[in-house]
Amino acid sequence: MCVASPGRVVEINGKTITVDYLGNRVKANSGIVDVKIGDYVLVHAGLVIQVLEKDEAEAMTELFKEIEELGQ
Amino acid sequence: MKITLAHGSGGKSTSELIKNVFAKHFSNEILNMMEDSAVVDSSKKIAVTTDSFVVTPLFYRGGNIGRLSICGTVNDLLMRGAVPKYITSAFIIEEGADFDELERIAESMAETAEEAGVIVVAGDTKVIEGNGGIYINTTGIGFVEHDIKSSNTKCSDSIILSGNLGDHHAVIMSERMNIENEIESDNAPLCEMVFELMKNNIEIHAMRDVTRGGLATVLCELAESCSLQFEIEEDKIPSSESVRAFCKILGLNLLYMGNEGKMVLTVPSAQAEKAVEIIRRCRYGENAEIIGSVKEGSGVVSVTKLGAKRTLSVLYGEGLPRIC
Amino acid sequence: MNINEVCTFLKKYNGRDLYFMEICGTHTASVCENGIDNLISEKIHLVSGPGCPVCVTVSEYIDRLVELSEIENNVIVSFGDMLRVPGSKYSLNDARAKGADIRMVYSPLELIEIAKKEPNKSFVFAAVGFETTAPVYAELIDTALEQSIKNIRLLTSIKTMPAAVDKLCTMNKKISGFLAPGHVCAITGSNAFIPLAEKYNMPFVVSGFTAEEILCSIYALVKLQGKGVVKNLYKRVVKEERNEKAYSLTEKYFEPCTASWRGFGEIEGSGTAIKKEYELFDAQSKGIAKDSKANNLCRCSDIVLGMASPKECPLFNKVCSPENPQGACMVSTEGSCFNYFVNNRG
Repeated sequence: MCVASPGRVVEINGKTITVDYLGNRVKANSGIVDVKIGDYVLVHAGLVIQVLEKDEAEAMTELFKEIEELGQ
Repeated sequence: MKITLAHGSGGKSTSELIKNVFAKHFSNEILNMMEDSAVVDSSKKIAVTTDSFVVTPLFYRGGNIGRLSICGTVNDLLMRGAVPKYITSAFIIEEGADFDELERIAESMAETAEEAGVIVVAGDTKVIEGNGGIYINTTGIGFVEHDIKSSNTKCSDSIILSGNLGDHHAVIMSERMNIENEIESDNAPLCEMVFELMKNNIEIHAMRDVTRGGLATVLCELAESCSLQFEIEEDKIPSSESVRAFCKILGLNLLYMGNEGKMVLTVPSAQAEKAVEIIRRCRYGENAEIIGSVKEGSGVVSVTKLGAKRTLSVLYGEGLPRIC
Repeated sequence: MNINEVCTFLKKYNGRDLYFMEICGTHTASVCENGIDNLISEKIHLVSGPGCPVCVTVSEYIDRLVELSEIENNVIVSFGDMLRVPGSKYSLNDARAKGADIRMVYSPLELIEIAKKEPNKSFVFAAVGFETTAPVYAELIDTALEQSIKNIRLLTSIKTMPAAVDKLCTMNKKISGFLAPGHVCAITGSNAFIPLAEKYNMPFVVSGFTAEEILCSIYALVKLQGKGVVKNLYKRVVKEERNEKAYSLTEKYFEPCTASWRGFGEIEGSGTAIKKEYELFDAQSKGIAKDSKANNLCRCSDIVLGMASPKECPLFNKVCSPENPQGACMVSTEGSCFNYFVNNRG
């Protein structure tokens, strides 16, 4: 239900934007988040719910660092 | 021009339809006799199969219902180790169907039949009330070369998949869900790879085409028929980047996506590498992989990339459009 | 640290039994698909929670949709999962078989174009979901108003998590920590769960959805035992603060309400309803509360509370299967029962 996957903004036309997921292009609405071309965004049921600041690899490195701080 | 109920009346319009569409494209010695039934030669054991095709849309990227109706039936014959020879085609057409589209479908069937080495020896056309839909049934006859049965799989066999999963399903779903992409359906006849495997004396234990229900469903059926366990490694399963991304958008599972030009087979592990090389050299087989092996036990076990094992079941539920 | 070290730690864990609830249905589906319970110690129990909107929707809601579908010119539009859920008598699929016009979409926003194309039909969207989906419905109303589209209404059963999790903690005392719902938190901010973490002195870890992310979150839950804190391990997506734009859009058209949840009953402040001044968009959603079971032995209510595992239900894998579901948990691809069934989760 809360399925959402990251894609890249390739077109902006007012609130209607096109998001590319490795070759799949889907129209989405950017009513609650400010986006620009090239942003990686998370889309849920046709609505952009977040702009992703870091790339996946970077986020994973940070994740492991963060749990490391909890003690091994 | 649109098809009307008159085209199915059995009268002049019917014979014109047959002449201008079906006889024109399917022409061959046996069909041209236009007798009530076709008489064909056979000195071998024959394999017979039938399948009906109800896909919407009728045309999609990489194929159409006509090509699909030949591939589906031809592949079912091949999976029993039979060389496909003859095929019949029965059309049920709803009034309002487009004449040109019907002809394009017939043309595509003829091309695919030629590629697969079969001839259309009999046919039928009915027109019913409706909304322009077209449905096709094909029956295929093949000569059995090696009697291949699902129950022949042996413990320690390797499991081979002939190529990327999910293309056909993704194409059909894309049209329904307004997702744009360049994914093409995989619908294809698998003759070349099957013939090459047989020619090179690969001892095929079992072979199935992976269609509706996807790989997981087919493997469950294979495992059940030989009372052994099929274990596959998830990260060995070939698929394209865009199909994987497509699955994520809609929350679909690749292992349950339908295909129309893929097969899975079991062979002795000593021959597995050779078999994969042969398939990769054939048309439609370039992405073939060994995806797992057969063990004592039952059911289908999938090993995730982190090494977790989980049991796979057949496809449950739907909510998905008709895809074949 | 790397993922192997995380897995080794979780596999070797041999302390007291821990019960972690994954609130979100998308987490449940990922736990099952990745065989996560297979990678961790038997002392760590993962329990599915109330985060599948279809599963916590009461049967009267389905009945109301079916009724609406029987009215001439009405079209029911829904996410796919809703179609097979049994109401007290029928599902939407049953209604469709009897001739009702019922359609499935990926996004509620597709309804705008559909409604414009067929101005003579009246469209009712089966608006279920949580905080993540509420702004989508607000955007739908916003666009409909902007374009003067008058043939769209929503039958709402939109829920909010914190009040429900609060009630859950009073009902289910076994739980030792929560995997907080990552995409709900993208809207609410991770801070939304701080009051609960403090009240019950229990860790809430905001988690992403890949196998690695879930395993790291479970690791954190183990390490944070006894601490009433919220740890955000999905920083790529979730901020501490809520998304103000989402809230101001949602609050323009919606207001908090008492909502009825399967298994929980009514919970004050756990729902989102269309405001009075926009009631033209409301397909009379108020007062839907009754929950009657299709089968009296069905334990869906205990299952969404994490008080029973699907396998403890007498119907599971006997009368009840995805082919013949007796309760919503077996229908939805995010339902506990469905996931336990197809993945043979223990």
